[in-house]
Parts: sequence; structure tokens; C-alpha cells
Amino acid sequence: MTQIADKPKVEELSKEQRIELLRQMLLIRRFEEKAAEMYAKRKIAGFLHLYTGEEAVGVGAIAALNDDDHILTHYRDHGHALARGVEPGRIMAELFGKATGVSLGRGGSMHLFDTSRSFMGGYAIVAGHLPLACGLALANMRLRNGRIVLCVFGDGAVNEGEFHEALNLASVWKLPIIFLCENNFFGMGTDIRYVSAVIEVYKRAQAYAIPAEQIDGMNVLEMYDATQRAADHLRAGYGPYFLEAITYRFRGHSMADPELYRDKGELEEWRRLDPITQFRSQLETQGVIDEPAVAQLQSEIEDVVNEAVRFAEESPDPQVESLYDHVYWQGDSHDA
Amino acid sequence: MPELTFREALRMSLREELLANERVFLMGEDIGAYGGSYAVTKGFQKEFGPERVIDTPISESVIVGCGIGAAMGGLRPMVELMTINFSLLAFDQIVNNASKLCYMSGGQIHVPMVIRMASGAGSQLSSQHSHSLEGWYAHIPGIKVAVPYTPYDARGLLKTAFRDDNPVIFIEHTALYARKGEVPDEAFDLPFGQAEVHRKGKDVTLIGYSGSVYQCVLAAEQLAQDGIEAEVLNLRTLRPLDIDTIVASVRKTHRAVVVEDDWRFGGFAGEIATLIMEQAFDELDAPVARVCGADVPMPYAKQLEQAALPQPSDIVAVVRGLI
Repeated sequence: MTQIADKPKVEELSKEQRIELLRQMLLIRRFEEKAAEMYAKRKIAGFLHLYTGEEAVGVGAIAALNDDDHILTHYRDHGHALARGVEPGRIMAELFGKATGVSLGRGGSMHLFDTSRSFMGGYAIVAGHLPLACGLALANMRLRNGRIVLCVFGDGAVNEGEFHEALNLASVWKLPIIFLCENNFFGMGTDIRYVSAVIEVYKRAQAYAIPAEQIDGMNVLEMYDATQRAADHLRAGYGPYFLEAITYRFRGHSMADPELYRDKGELEEWRRLDPITQFRSQLETQGVIDEPAVAQLQSEIEDVVNEAVRFAEESPDPQVESLYDHVYWQGDSHDA
Repeated sequence: MPELTFREALRMSLREELLANERVFLMGEDIGAYGGSYAVTKGFQKEFGPERVIDTPISESVIVGCGIGAAMGGLRPMVELMTINFSLLAFDQIVNNASKLCYMSGGQIHVPMVIRMASGAGSQLSSQHSHSLEGWYAHIPGIKVAVPYTPYDARGLLKTAFRDDNPVIFIEHTALYARKGEVPDEAFDLPFGQAEVHRKGKDVTLIGYSGSVYQCVLAAEQLAQDGIEAEVLNLRTLRPLDIDTIVASVRKTHRAVVVEDDWRFGGFAGEIATLIMEQAFDELDAPVARVCGADVPMPYAKQLEQAALPQPSDIVAVVRGLI
């Protein structure tokens, strides 16, 4: 996957770079559709949380980072992994529970890891990874390696104690972390309005003296711009930054969700703000891309996703004999 | 060999690690300016600076999680949780992150960190400050659990904990900090998974760890007056567990009593008893016995607290019943 090599200001993004953002969003959309299909065919088991509708958040944010900046995210993690350039085939193989999966079939959908791309994992205890972001940032600061941490979580995380512990610590120690809340208004099936005293999530960060802003998570360029602003703040040594991305998931919480808790009309309203449709028409209006070029892009993505499925299907199952491998570390010591 | 207290032995090893490895740092509640609740890190912040010996907010979950993240990021943290009672607030981080990251990531991530905590009852601190939950941690695959008894153990096991590339829960019984024992000046690693035959005997095997070894020793002294020679095992680590040394001793004595401060029901003593049954059933002349803490929240009043904890006289009585 091509990465955006340098990180220009949003208004200076080249044609190719803007098309790359569209391509990544289209890839995620198609990948998730295919995953749902494979789940229906029982090729994928367990929980499957799709990122459909929220693509602009992950794609815009991750494109604004350097490739070696750390990413930690929640269990709705396929989109972030794809945006970071993790191989689609190895992600699909992980969903299939195959030996070639990114986590060797031990993690599944919720626990994708690719440390070679500084993708430090998907975590499935709500807010449980926020403290880890503090530690990674502390290590980066101490090692003076210039890397920052992007920590992504949902609006459900903000009522967990670990959210508050982590924000407080990050602020008091000036840790270089972008806290990115994907506010899709529902903690699983519970409306944020029924369970949160302050529904404007960014205001909670302000209580910890962390600069915070609310942004349109359906707009990939706004996401890019805001994340770059946050990253600049961190790299200048000013400590953490908080972004609340307003977004919406177009599918259920997981594949098991009958969606009894939300209004179909509301979903239709949000579908009108589809981040891909919006960005695509913007690029078409600007003459950056035309219909045949989009069709070409979609056809290439179809190939990538089909190839990912083929790779997953043809990959071997994990050896049962390997059950106990990796319970304890088998590699070299990093401080040897 | 010079005599040191358990506390001094820990300090010696910690100081060596801080001096030897720039990536080692200590983090915890009141470990810096205050010097540590049990004075283990006293003076360290002055010597090594506030970047290496860091005072944290009272936020156990983020303290442990931050340690895990720092280990993922290339450092070697030692996190002090003051006491095992407070570790419950960080239980999710230990169970769901520290112990599982290596496995869940298919061996991409490792978490070389030491989590120290004080444990045990006996100081009339009542229910919420008197836990002995070593067995809970030993239950979890992916972490290791060290339970030193002597100052020698404390020094050697802590060195090994810093050599290990996995999360190590290092549990110190508060009654041991001031106790003295012989400790060599020169550094040494005490391997995990190797129990010590603390006292040799032939009639019964008393199995203890951390503070409960002391109860076993006192019981063995009383039994010796009646001509019963008890062998006392000091387990040193619960995970990995040295079952071989336990079985070898049972082959000799044919009787075993497991002693621990923790609650009896569902406790680690039951695990040891089962392992002995599985691996040395034919060697036993009597059922494996347990002397454990009473199944009650720890009471405050001295008489009640003592009644809730295993006493040497309880062990002696149980042994007499076996022979």
C-alpha cells in the first residue's frame, strides 16, 4: 500500500495524495462488506465490529501521522489497521483464524497487531488501552525518538475510570498522545445522552487542561487537518491533545446487533453525510478525479479484497501443537 | 556473609538495576519524595532523579498500564503498587493486558516489567488492607509470580525478575521487611521455579511461601521437640511452580501440609494439594492437609485477626493428626 510520504498542510495535499485518501476509505468500506459476507458464510466467528461509516476518522487521522508513530485502538480496528498499511490479506486471515493472520490466529478481529508498522493493537476492554498509550508516550519521550502516540477510542470509553486516570496522567506529565474519541453516539446500544452527564466529550478533556476540539468525523480532510494540528502541538513538547470526531456507524455495533435502539430515520440522515460520497463528489467537482477513474479505483480495490479472501481461505489453520506458543516471550531482550 | 534485612536486600538489587541499565525506571505511589510506604526506595529519587524514580497519582490502573506501555515502548519499568490490596484496581491491566499481550499479538509484543507489591495481614489493618492474593496472580498464564521469604530470596529473585522479559508480580509480605538474613554482596540471580528445602526433615513436608514459611519453621521447631522431623519447603515462586521439589520431598516424608495466609476455599493450597495427588498419590500415607486463612474478611481486633491466620500451633495440630 502506498503511504502518503510527506505530510503537507491539508490545502497543499497533491492530487495523488487526495486520491489515496479516497482509495483508503473505499478499501475499508469494501473490506468490511466482504468481512460481513464472510461472517454470514461462517468463515469468520466471534465478534465482528465493522468500521463502515467511520472511515474518514481513521483515514484522515492516520494519514497525518508519521509512519513510525504508534497507534493504539479499540476493537473496531480493521479500518485503522488498513489505513496504517497493514496487509489486507493478513488481516482477513486473522479474521478467519488462520496461522498467517497478523496475530497468528490468536487475536481475531478485535486484536489486530502489526508492530512492524507501529500498529500496537486493537483492545477489547473499553478504555483499557488508554493507560498503555501513556506508557508508550513516556517511552518515546524518554528515548527521544520523536514518535508520538495516537490513541483511538469510542464515546463509550469516556465514562470509564481509566479514561480519567489516563487523561490526568498524560496532562500532568505532558505525554505526547493524541486522544482521539470516535463519538458515534452509542456505547454499544446505549445512547450517549442517557448515560453521560456531559455529552460534548471534548469538554471532559478541558477539565484536565488538555487542549481539545470537536471536529466533523465525516470529513476526511478536516480529520487530517485537525490531527496534523494536534501532532504539531505534541511534537513541540506541549503535551497531549484531544480530538472528538463526530461520526456515525452505518451498521450495528457488531454482527449480532438487531439495532432496536436507534431510529432508522436517524441512520438515513447520517447516510446522507457518507464520508466517502462527500469526499468523492468534492474531488469530482474539483476535477481531481472522474467517474471512470473512480470505477478503476473500485475495480483495483475489488481485486485487493478478493485476493485477501483468497489468501485467508488458502492459508493453513494454526497447528494445535502451537497452542502454548507465545504465552511467554520467546525472542530477544530489548535491553540486552 | 553479611546480614541484611529483607528491605535492604531489595534496595541493593533495585539500586544495582538502576545503575546498570538506563532503561530501568521506578514508578509508583509515594516511592520518590516520601521514600516508599515500606521505605524500600528511600533516597532513590535524590540519587537517580525524578525521571528515574517517579511519583505517580493514586491511579493504580494507569500506573500499571503506563508501565505496560513503557515496556512495549522499549523501557524496563518497575512499578510499585504499595500493597496488593490496591492492585485490585489495576487487576484489569494485569489480567487483560500485561499477561496477554504477547499471546494476543502472536508473539510480537513483550512486556518486560516488574510489579512489586506488599502483601499479608498481622498488623491489625482490618479487612481492606490485609489481603494475601498471591494465588490469584499465580492463576494467570502469561505472568510470573515471585514470593520471596528470606532476604537472600528477595535479593536474588528481584535480580531475576529484572532479567525476565515477561511481567513479573513480585510480592513482599510486610512482616518480612525487617527480618534479617545472610545475603552476599555480589549480585546473583536466583532462578524462578526452584523451591528451597529450607529445613530438612523426614516425617512430614510443610509447604509454604512468603510469610507462611515462617509459620512452618516455627511449627517444625515445636514438632522437633516431640521427635517429629518436618521438612520445610520455601516455594520462592508460585508461577512457575517447582512441583518436582515438592514431589521429591513427599516421596521421602509421605505426608504433606500446605500452609498459606490466603482464604482456604478455592485457594492456591488446593492447587498444590491436587498436584501432589496427581503426581505422588501412591507415596501418600495420609491425605494432603491445608492450613489456611479463615474464610472471613480480616477482622481488626487482635484476637480475631490471629484466629483468622494460620498459627504454628494449627500446623502442629494438623501434623499430629497425620502421623
